[in-house]
Amino acid sequence: MVPTEAVAISSQGLKKVFDDKVAVEDLSLEVFRGEVFGFLGPNGAGKTTSVKMLLGLVHPTEGSARLLGSPLNDWRIRQRIGFLPEHFRFHDWVSAREFLTLHGRLYKMPDRVLQARIEELLELIGLTQHASKKLGQFSKGMLQRIGLAQSLLNQPDLVFLDEPTSGLDPLGRRLVRDIIRDLRARGTTVFLNSHLLSEVEITCDRVSFVKKGRVVQTATMSSLMESEFTVDVRARGVTSELLGRLSCLASNVRLDGEHVLLGLSGEDHLPMITRALVEGGAEVFSVTPQRLSLEDLFVKIIGTDGGL
Amino acid sequence: MRTTFVMARLTFNEAARRKILLCAFLMGLLFLAIYASGYLYFNREATREHIPPIALREMRSFMVMAGLYVVNFLTVMMTVLVSVDTLAGEIASGTIHAIASKPIRRWEILAGKWLGFVGMLSMYLLLMAGGVLLSVYLISGYSPPNPARAVVLIWLNGMLMLSVSLLGGAVFSTLANGVLVFGLFGIAFVGGWIEHVGSFLQRQAAVNVGVVCSLLFPSEALWRRAAFEMQSPLVQALGFSPFAAPSAPNVVMIGYAIVYTVVALWLAMRAFSRRDL
Repeated sequence: MVPTEAVAISSQGLKKVFDDKVAVEDLSLEVFRGEVFGFLGPNGAGKTTSVKMLLGLVHPTEGSARLLGSPLNDWRIRQRIGFLPEHFRFHDWVSAREFLTLHGRLYKMPDRVLQARIEELLELIGLTQHASKKLGQFSKGMLQRIGLAQSLLNQPDLVFLDEPTSGLDPLGRRLVRDIIRDLRARGTTVFLNSHLLSEVEITCDRVSFVKKGRVVQTATMSSLMESEFTVDVRARGVTSELLGRLSCLASNVRLDGEHVLLGLSGEDHLPMITRALVEGGAEVFSVTPQRLSLEDLFVKIIGTDGGL
Repeated sequence: MRTTFVMARLTFNEAARRKILLCAFLMGLLFLAIYASGYLYFNREATREHIPPIALREMRSFMVMAGLYVVNFLTVMMTVLVSVDTLAGEIASGTIHAIASKPIRRWEILAGKWLGFVGMLSMYLLLMAGGVLLSVYLISGYSPPNPARAVVLIWLNGMLMLSVSLLGGAVFSTLANGVLVFGLFGIAFVGGWIEHVGSFLQRQAAVNVGVVCSLLFPSEALWRRAAFEMQSPLVQALGFSPFAAPSAPNVVMIGYAIVYTVVALWLAMRAFSRRDL
């Protein structure tokens, strides 16, 4: 049992039905303080609705949740929370600095603290030069950056980032990655909704996979990456009898010319495979373990139908 | 509470930055300039023709009524135009997400917007109604009875429109909201005239239709009370003029309009609090 103060988000059976469409069937998860948590799933799986329920933007049909120990209807807790909405947009007539000032005031930050924080954030996201420009003149990437700055104004304990890298070029994406890394170093909990699995792979400590509004699997990134991999064995003299024996030790055993491909659920099984091959009379030239990428895992867990 | 004022300021600044205030101010000045020159002309002609003082007074009263009638209409239009999109539009564009996820209650967001619009519309009404009354006074020294009471009633009309438009915006899309609010205004308008003519012809059925319309939406009732407050003793005695009637809405109807406004605002806050964004 994890002590409650170590939990940033805990939700039990959160459900949202819009008219007759079920957007989120059952959101039950725990996110620990200080971790970077990836929330993965295909389009329409209910990721954004889930985040909106946690932030009080959408009212759940059923279920309950706590953020930093407070129930969902406690609006005061949002003092310690940051949020970058998906497809971030704001009034195009405000300048970048005015925009941040406005949001800082909504966080009730004292003016002097706020002004210093704004300069710091503008510097961080590289928009100091454009501080007086109106948001209407901003590119998509600049808007995304200023939205990100807005979510960090109050030095939150918990940040929700909904597709933070959408609309960003490679440099912008690296910036987001660095910012997330800094946040983790400072002990901030990050809840990341993202399609860019390569980014999730680099930044997240744990991930949940969501399909049709339901959490289907939650695991630490390291256990996920180590749990499944394929082994490519180059060998001669592999008989069908030997293949049969290998099938008992591994999954998806296939022979392709001189190559035998097998699926293993852990590294511990590797020596056993090599021994079986040698004892079965095969001449082994190489044994190469190949890890599944997060993308492969995603496809495996969610399925190619995308859960639609 | 502080965050409510942050929202009020944002709302007011938006009107200023998007040149709404500037356009309203310039068009207002143009209106006042034309009104004042027209009044100046009529007043000069009437004085030259040696019209008896009673008739002269009636003419001036009529001109003030006509001016404030337009001001009332413009205030209503202005109120609906600036507020019809504020909730529905921000919900549709997603602008509201960054705001509503802050430590602020939904009703505070709405109250802030309401305050911002009230500030702006009050300035507008003060300029327009003040301009009409002042130009008439400066040109001819005439001032209608109870001008302050009349302006407050027109202001109340604006508040009524604002609250209903915010309620519609919390529930419907921008266009549906516009159709709803102008539809209600139209019903009240036509009902007011039916009552007006009906009371002159002493037809109780027509008066009842008007009362029902006013209960549905008391906008026209507020204007007719404002006109009643300003009408001259002669019109009161004669019992008819295009702008006022003997059966002016009574104090109960004004109270009803105030309650209507407050309830609409409360319902707007409730609907917006329950709305999924």
